[in-house]
Amino acid sequence: MTPNALIVIALVVPVGAAALVAASDRAPNLREAITLVAAGALFVAVASLLPLVLSGERPSLRLVEVFPGLALEFRVEPFGLLFALIASGLWILSSLYSIGYMRGNDESHQTRFYVCFALALASTIGVAFSGNLLTLFLFYEMLTLVTYPLVTHHGDDEARRGGRTYLGVLLFTSTALLLPAIVVTWIVAGTLDFVPGGILEGRMSPFGATVLLVLFMFGIGKAAIMPFHRWLPAAMVAPTPVSALLHAVAVVKAGVFSVVKVIVYTFGFDAAGANFAWLPYVAGFTIIAASIVALRADNLKRRLAYSTVSQLSYVVLGAAVLAPISVVGAALHVAAHAFGKITLFFAAGAIYTASHKTQVSQLDGVGRRMPWTLAAFAVASLSMIGLPPTVGAISKWYIVTGALQAQHWVALAVIGASTLLNAGYFVPIVYRAFLREPSTVGAAHGEAPWTMVVALVATATLTILLFLFADVPIALARGLLGG
Amino acid sequence: MISEHLPALQVVLPLISAPLIVVVRREAFAWSLATAVSWIGLGIAVELALRTAQSGAISYAIGNWPPPWGIEYRVDRLSSFVLVLVSLVGAIVMPYARTSVAAELPRERRYLFYSMYCLCLAGLLGITITGDVFNLFVFLEISSLSAYVLIAMGQKRKALFAAFQYLVLGTIGATFYVIGIGLLYLMTGTLNLADLAVRVAGVHELRPVLAALAFITVGIGMKLALFPLHQWLPNAYTYAPSVVTAFLAATATKVSLYVLMRFYYVVFGNALVFRTLPLDDILLALSVVAIVTMSLVAVFQSDLKRMLAYSSVAQIGYITLGIALTNAAGLTGAIAHLFNHGVTKGALFLLAGGISLRCGGTSFAAIAGLGQRMPFTSFGIVIAGLSLIGVPATAGFTTKWYLVVGALERGYWWLAALIVVSSLIAVAYVWRFVEAAYLQAPGPEAPRQGEMPLSMLLPAWLMVGACIYFGIWTSFNIGFAGSAAELLLHSGR
Repeated sequence: MTPNALIVIALVVPVGAAALVAASDRAPNLREAITLVAAGALFVAVASLLPLVLSGERPSLRLVEVFPGLALEFRVEPFGLLFALIASGLWILSSLYSIGYMRGNDESHQTRFYVCFALALASTIGVAFSGNLLTLFLFYEMLTLVTYPLVTHHGDDEARRGGRTYLGVLLFTSTALLLPAIVVTWIVAGTLDFVPGGILEGRMSPFGATVLLVLFMFGIGKAAIMPFHRWLPAAMVAPTPVSALLHAVAVVKAGVFSVVKVIVYTFGFDAAGANFAWLPYVAGFTIIAASIVALRADNLKRRLAYSTVSQLSYVVLGAAVLAPISVVGAALHVAAHAFGKITLFFAAGAIYTASHKTQVSQLDGVGRRMPWTLAAFAVASLSMIGLPPTVGAISKWYIVTGALQAQHWVALAVIGASTLLNAGYFVPIVYRAFLREPSTVGAAHGEAPWTMVVALVATATLTILLFLFADVPIALARGLLGG
Repeated sequence: MISEHLPALQVVLPLISAPLIVVVRREAFAWSLATAVSWIGLGIAVELALRTAQSGAISYAIGNWPPPWGIEYRVDRLSSFVLVLVSLVGAIVMPYARTSVAAELPRERRYLFYSMYCLCLAGLLGITITGDVFNLFVFLEISSLSAYVLIAMGQKRKALFAAFQYLVLGTIGATFYVIGIGLLYLMTGTLNLADLAVRVAGVHELRPVLAALAFITVGIGMKLALFPLHQWLPNAYTYAPSVVTAFLAATATKVSLYVLMRFYYVVFGNALVFRTLPLDDILLALSVVAIVTMSLVAVFQSDLKRMLAYSSVAQIGYITLGIALTNAAGLTGAIAHLFNHGVTKGALFLLAGGISLRCGGTSFAAIAGLGQRMPFTSFGIVIAGLSLIGVPATAGFTTKWYLVVGALERGYWWLAALIVVSSLIAVAYVWRFVEAAYLQAPGPEAPRQGEMPLSMLLPAWLMVGACIYFGIWTSFNIGFAGSAAELLLHSGR
């Protein structure tokens, strides 16, 4: 199959799945089967692009010119492929998990849930494969809108409030900051393509470029750089599979993915003369502040959400240090965090489904009743902290190496401090779950439905496997430097 | 043979249909004729647009009296663009009208409705196609008078008041316009648009010409609902029959905006209007106030149709803002938004008409839980609402893009910021609908009827589809608007 056909398939499969799912409203088994098959097909399509891209080709597809000289365009480059692989691969596991969760908790509107989920994946693939900023922006906005029904899934007052914050922050940043930044780039550079070395060199004053950088960095609200992080904890009102795949992987990674893309391909690191010095401080502040909030949060999902805010800024920090090796680390961290955090959310959802517990303080002895789940949780925690044998250790290693090369001591200090903080809010959970006596309150329970357990054990295993076999992700991440 | 008379047929067909309908007096005949005329009109408009795209402007002398003595019909890129908009909306609205009119109007008045619609369509097309400023006035009156009648046909008694309010203000507007062209005739001795453009250049410093400009600005400003001359609009749109609201909202104000562009850029020339006089600053200020205040007012309405009406005033602000930017990007945005907003608001009002049919009203209380009962209607409003906001891949986004580019090219950073922030206010009012329809339980006395009839849903969804189509495949709306903007900028002095 030609690479162009594969790109089209990768975009069409999730959209088609959404349509078929909508049509099979009355037949839940068929509906879930369609989701699983689509997820598998999408992953195969994306993975088929891998040999080509690794051999140095950059398949591209130009669809239609929206404005004179500015087209909807897709271009598969290594980093985008890495992101697409993660998203589509985890969609398979999270679909499996969703089936258990949605049925186990007897959720309403399940068809709408699967439809929006598939559309969110289509948007994510669109972001990953986008060939210019306009295409990126289009799918970025689409992702916000199709995830809104998922955030407000329960339809109660809390969901409505969460939805308002979600939409308010994401649309405010993208419309008021990101869109003007893109328009200015278009006027100044006359192109919005992703070009190694950037498109702004010599076209703007350093001051102008810095202002533009500020607009871009805060405009990409999905990267959750403080003070625009509030939407992420607000999104936790969604059912847990949504928090797991979308708000730990697809949506937030679309944010940091865009951040890295803009820094590398629009600004060309510091080629445009923009001042990057402030960015590590903002990212560093976000890392530390979010970690402290996570430390104090008793609600498990809230703790995980703030941990995500903190971990996202690792990616931003890695890119902002501007050392080539730390940028590779940033790209790797997109993968590393994805597998670790989805496992944590899966575990949180499994605990909720089995025992209806949501608070950290209720978790005494849960590990004895749900050993698989909590073991997976422990592995993923290691990855969050950045310890071997988990993939989190690799990405952190790259970022630290880059920071050392750039002699960026502040970045190093931030990483050191946050490692301690990470340990500070994950280790107590594992400790409670395994070493404390189970509380006698509440009904006895075992593991959650098997599909959920399979999914979370699989993601935890992948966290370890990726540490052992990290060649492909590293090769793809290094592609960022080659162009 | 017929093909060279297409410019005349564009107007004449609906014009003679109106009396024909009154003579026959049968509802079925009236609807069939009006629908046929609308679709033929669309065919003619598209054919004319293709011709102008190929071989430039078409000039047609009525009765073979050559311009500037006789009345000239002139089809160029700009006017054919507006012709396509008006006739397209007419063609889509008519199939919808049958069910909707039958539900909202008493039997004995229905044929009158179609007659008035044909007159209104003829008037709007005539305004657009004519190259003669007095003939334009005649068509302005035809379209206005028929619009008053159409609005007065609304179900509630308040429709009469709304029509009367519109009648008073519209008549003042028309009078101002005619005083303006009287002054121009006094100074130049011609009524032909192109001829005026040449002759005004010689006398443009003289006071009567400036007075004419002022009269025409205010007169047309009244018709196009330029803030603060918009007072008639919310009531008229709220209380008119559903079909009328959809048709007028998508066409009437847009045609008046077209007239304003013609006068500013062609007759008076942008040098006089925007450089000698500070009309761009005035227009810019009014547009900004319109966009911000009217969007905010829309947020706090308790009725969907009224909310959309206030949103219209704000959206018209975007178009006048584009006119006031006086550069290619801004003007392209303005012209494209005639079309983009036309199809977007048309779609929204058509869907709102379905709601009022099924729920007996369009208040937000009636809408609660609508997503369950009328899924296609609700989802259509969401999609068209996204176009209203200007989300990428919708028609509204293309406008927003060009307006922001235009503002930045003029160095107005604050204006670019204001344009994007104001679209967030649109998010606020569109999301009022979303929350009401999807996140609220229906009230206890909410009617249990389902989706609106297919004959209404399909045309409405055709418009919704257009909102998406013209956001991605932009060769018509942006392509035509871009070359029309070039035409306007280069015809000026």
